[in-house]
Amino acid sequence: MLAALLLLAGLGAWQLYTVAGSVDTFILPAPSDVIASLWDDRALLWSNFTVTAREMGVGLAVSLALGVALAVALHESRTTRRAVYPLLIASQTIPVVLVAPLLVTWFGYGITPKVAIVALVCFFPIVVPTLSALGAVDPGQRKLMSTLGASRWQLLRHVEAPSALPALFVGARLSVAVGAIAAVLAETAGSESGLGHLMLQSIPQLETARAFAAVAVLSLFSLALYLGLTLAQRRLLPWAPLRPEGPTP
Amino acid sequence: MTTRTQARDGRPRPASGRTDDGALRLAGVGRSFGAVEALRDVSLEVPAGEVVAVVGPSGCGKSTLLELVCGLQRPDAGTVQAPRAVLMPQGDQLLPWLGALDNAALALRVGGDGRMTRQAARERARPVLAALGLDGFAAVRPAQLSGGMRQRVAFARTLLAGAPVLCLDEPFGALDAITRADAQAWLQDALEAEPRTVLLVTHDVEEAVLLADRIVVLSPRPGRVVADLPVALPHPRAATDPGVVALRQQALERLR
Repeated sequence: MLAALLLLAGLGAWQLYTVAGSVDTFILPAPSDVIASLWDDRALLWSNFTVTAREMGVGLAVSLALGVALAVALHESRTTRRAVYPLLIASQTIPVVLVAPLLVTWFGYGITPKVAIVALVCFFPIVVPTLSALGAVDPGQRKLMSTLGASRWQLLRHVEAPSALPALFVGARLSVAVGAIAAVLAETAGSESGLGHLMLQSIPQLETARAFAAVAVLSLFSLALYLGLTLAQRRLLPWAPLRPEGPTP
Repeated sequence: MTTRTQARDGRPRPASGRTDDGALRLAGVGRSFGAVEALRDVSLEVPAGEVVAVVGPSGCGKSTLLELVCGLQRPDAGTVQAPRAVLMPQGDQLLPWLGALDNAALALRVGGDGRMTRQAARERARPVLAALGLDGFAAVRPAQLSGGMRQRVAFARTLLAGAPVLCLDEPFGALDAITRADAQAWLQDALEAEPRTVLLVTHDVEEAVLLADRIVVLSPRPGRVVADLPVALPHPRAATDPGVVALRQQALERLR
């Protein structure tokens, strides 16, 4: 609610500035221009949105699978942790702007390079909190499992994995936030469609309001994913209270 | 006869063998953690079916003693011979994502050989929970249960582990006086219905006298056995019985 008020206030100030300050609409469109573009260009926005949404969806699914598998592998073996963890951190220093065009030359203009970029950016925020939560299990619960004679696998299955689920959700929410940026960045490196592609095309065509409209669509989509994850967590993990730190529906 | 001296990859393993007569024997057991000596030269023999209370000042190695018996630790000196023993750790250690029934049934779902499916484990656990007065609470998660109920679930889980020896570590330490008296009553009933060898660690001497067949008093750290008092009183016992009062006095004196 507060966020909506803040947004409205910001939009109002912006509207006043553009109207009163006689700024050219291709330099800075007024919020009303952006809203008009959202309506007028709805078909164009929608067709490009479905492309970007698909890239994000597949990319996030890949990073989720990869992130969980890596977190478990790193958790289970100290050797793997020593060998792979530094490399994971190094992977996050790879400048995506540099890799994205390379991936396009390798894989072409299709969805593959976009999924690769989204996955590269998004798996890391999933691995880190999940790995940390797998290792942070209450020592009393470990003692209990060991007195019950649980195997390494049973400990993971019955205690470590469930207790790491809330952290996995934290990681997934972080991923959704950065995933949109990653998808747009990947599209700007070479694509024939998608919201990033549309933004890049609209600015030289002096259709700045359309570029802003594309940003708005992308933001709304990320927010919807974020809220969806929050709802899913509430439904799936009712025992883990959500901290009131993020937007809650 | 199993003597617990070996461990794979340095981790102590619970023993799977049994002593010939089901008795529990500790001989000259010592255990230190770095410079801190927790137990020194502890010898104790508990015949099958006996309930032994272990009392002593805090930090005297009572919990360590239980973990040695359960095979969660290895002694630095002496030997521990025990049938399979299961620990009921301090705090209930219920898993917050499972309901009461699944928490109790956990003991049947993990462990070595022939573990049960979720459904079979639930069917086995249901009557045990019911006997402890929890039949309406099968699906209720720990956060919605009272402290006394949580202890019942934890005890049901301990029973269902199926070990002949139960090591209860301050099971009622966190309960208020009224809930605690109630808890002592159901523990007494449960042990009468299904006798087990029990090591009960408590800091409450009265609880020891009410529940145990025998009270072992440990000294301050390093823990040694300073008194071994038989409790030859008929059940049910009340805190106000002259025999109970006298024995409680006797044990308290040995604690000082």
